[in-house]
Amino acid sequence: MFEGVPLTWFLITGTIMFFIGIYGFLVRKNLITILMSTELILNSVNINFVAFNKILYPDHLEGMFFTIFIIAVAAAEASVAIAIIINIYRRLVNIDVEKMNEMKY
Amino acid sequence: MIDFSYTALILLIPLVIFVLSGLFGNRFKPLVSGIIGTAGLFVIWVLSLVTAYQYFFLTEKAADGTFQELLAVNIRWLTFSDKLHIDMGVLLDPISIMMLLVVTTVSFMVHIYSIGYMHGEKGFMRFFSFLSLFSFSMLGLVVATNIFQMYIFWELVGVSSYLLIGFYYTRDSAVAASKKAFIVTRFADLGFLVGILILSYTTGTFDFITLTGDESPAFTSGQGIWFMGLSTMTWSMIFVFIGGAGKSAMFPLHIWLPDAMEGPTPVSALIHAATMVVAGVYLVARLFPIYTTTAPVALDVVMYVGAFSSVFAAIIACTQYDIKRVLAYSTMSQIGMMMFALGVSGDGGHEGLGFMASMFHLFTHAFFKSLLFLAAGAIIHAVHTNVMNEMGGLRKYLPITHATFLIACLSISGIPPLSGFFSKDEILAAGYEKSLLLYWVEMIVSGLTAFYMFRLYYSIFWGKATQYHHTPHEAPKTMTVTLIILAVITLLAGFIPFSHFVSSDRIPFAAHLDLSIALPAVLVGLTGFFVATLFYRKETTIPGQIFNFLGGFSRAAYHKFYIDEFYLFVTKKIIFNYISRPIAWFDRHIVDGAMNGLSYVTNEASFRIRRFQSGQLQQYALVFVSGAIFLTLFFLYLWTH
Repeated sequence: MFEGVPLTWFLITGTIMFFIGIYGFLVRKNLITILMSTELILNSVNINFVAFNKILYPDHLEGMFFTIFIIAVAAAEASVAIAIIINIYRRLVNIDVEKMNEMKY
Repeated sequence: MIDFSYTALILLIPLVIFVLSGLFGNRFKPLVSGIIGTAGLFVIWVLSLVTAYQYFFLTEKAADGTFQELLAVNIRWLTFSDKLHIDMGVLLDPISIMMLLVVTTVSFMVHIYSIGYMHGEKGFMRFFSFLSLFSFSMLGLVVATNIFQMYIFWELVGVSSYLLIGFYYTRDSAVAASKKAFIVTRFADLGFLVGILILSYTTGTFDFITLTGDESPAFTSGQGIWFMGLSTMTWSMIFVFIGGAGKSAMFPLHIWLPDAMEGPTPVSALIHAATMVVAGVYLVARLFPIYTTTAPVALDVVMYVGAFSSVFAAIIACTQYDIKRVLAYSTMSQIGMMMFALGVSGDGGHEGLGFMASMFHLFTHAFFKSLLFLAAGAIIHAVHTNVMNEMGGLRKYLPITHATFLIACLSISGIPPLSGFFSKDEILAAGYEKSLLLYWVEMIVSGLTAFYMFRLYYSIFWGKATQYHHTPHEAPKTMTVTLIILAVITLLAGFIPFSHFVSSDRIPFAAHLDLSIALPAVLVGLTGFFVATLFYRKETTIPGQIFNFLGGFSRAAYHKFYIDEFYLFVTKKIIFNYISRPIAWFDRHIVDGAMNGLSYVTNEASFRIRRFQSGQLQQYALVFVSGAIFLTLFFLYLWTH
């Protein structure tokens, strides 16, 4: 399906996704958006895994497994994170990350 | 061969009683703990009598008639290496058995006496448990098989003395006196420890039998090492003697003894008259072969210190008004005589007369001086004061105390045929053979002794008839009975042929009464007696006139020659100001300052940097990401170049 597509393209796509994620993580104030940004970061890693596996070691499946594993963990992590965010919302009626500074000095 | 291992009980019984009555004393009625203590002492008193009988009469002597040194019990207590180990045990030889008898007898008497004397006092059972602790420590000291065991028990008697002097701990003077006694003797014990270390380092052993045997390593090792003109052994013996001088209240370490009279009177009788204070004499006697063979200079030190202390204390005793203090200085003076006798003695046979005399005087002195103290306790019990000016005419009220006190006074003054006469005569005879000057010094001391003792006697029992608040009454039976027993011992002890049992080389010899010594001694004693009679039997103005005539000298003697003031000056003005204060300053400002500075700097630094802990998640993430990017670029740079 992807025959003939060079590895570099995948890597460029991954990198762009990764930095979009980082950017979102750093500048957005809404916790949900920050969570979405982390998902982007994770998925950029997944793309790298799959691409490297396909192109460098076509006979092996470790890259695939890792990706599936990361997707599973990310799903669990998202549910936990959303649960935390809901709790925060109930307590503060707000999900702005800058208001969450109870732990400072 | 008789098995002497039961002598371990002599040590164990008082220890067990101390622990029991110390821990569970509160559960008993006070009298019960007193009776338990007394019963325990009775048992070990009987045991030591049996030991003495079996040792002197049933045990075979060596071929040349020497009493053997027996290791009755010996347990290896601490092992550091094959050569370095500390043992605990029981050593039996004539002097240790003599001391066993003295300690158990006096302690037993004091226990009985205390039941009456301490009756109704707060802390009755505490008193008895401390007495048991003291008995245990003192007995452990006298039967020590090695010098380290002796040192351990030496410190223990120091502790029990401290506890008992400070028995009335609510009284400031008692607390101060107990601290003084502890600190002064502790200071002297440092000398003892140094002496032990030098001795054991050069000879490689702690063991008394090895150290004082015929082939002692002390006679051969350490030769050729000199320091300030004295050999190693001499130095070690001088240091050991410093320890002994501290315990035995020899000049200039005597200042604690008069203050120690703050303790209850039975304690003064037991510890500060009969047993603990003679530990120094016993220590020198224990190491006597080393003193005579390799350290004659140290023995001369013993002689001069002893002679000086005896004169010094006798003069002060003539000027004091507190009856217990007079007795305390008298004790110091008599112990000085014992030290003097050891100092003039040689080793073996008739040469060793001084050794025998010293031990004999220790023996008789223990009985008559504890009798004097116990009688003084009965007097204080009756009139509730220590000061002799407030007494007088007591012979009508206290007949038994009067009679026993008189016997003890006659004995200490050296009037025949009481025990003090015999032992003092031997001391003078030994002194005569060594140095004529010191012989006359000791002669004067015995005159002074008779004088101050009868000064005390007349002031208490004769003199002006004082009006008392309530009529003084004779002490209870438990007290008078001990006075009578001790008086009987005082009457008879002089007839013991002491030289057949105790001598410097443990070979019995016959000591004769030398009339040319005995007659002047008795005359001097009688002179003291008559002068005291003249001055004090009726109230006269003569003593006051003499006191004024001697002016500065008598005032100095009344103030104990300002030794206490001198020490206070040295410690408070010089040591505290010029040594302790700078050290305290250094500790507070440099040592503590460094530590405080360190914590201050840490505190300040963290206060400054705490703003970084903003709580802003994205700020942290930014720092983290920038760090990661920076590291990546950095390693890329390294990798590509």
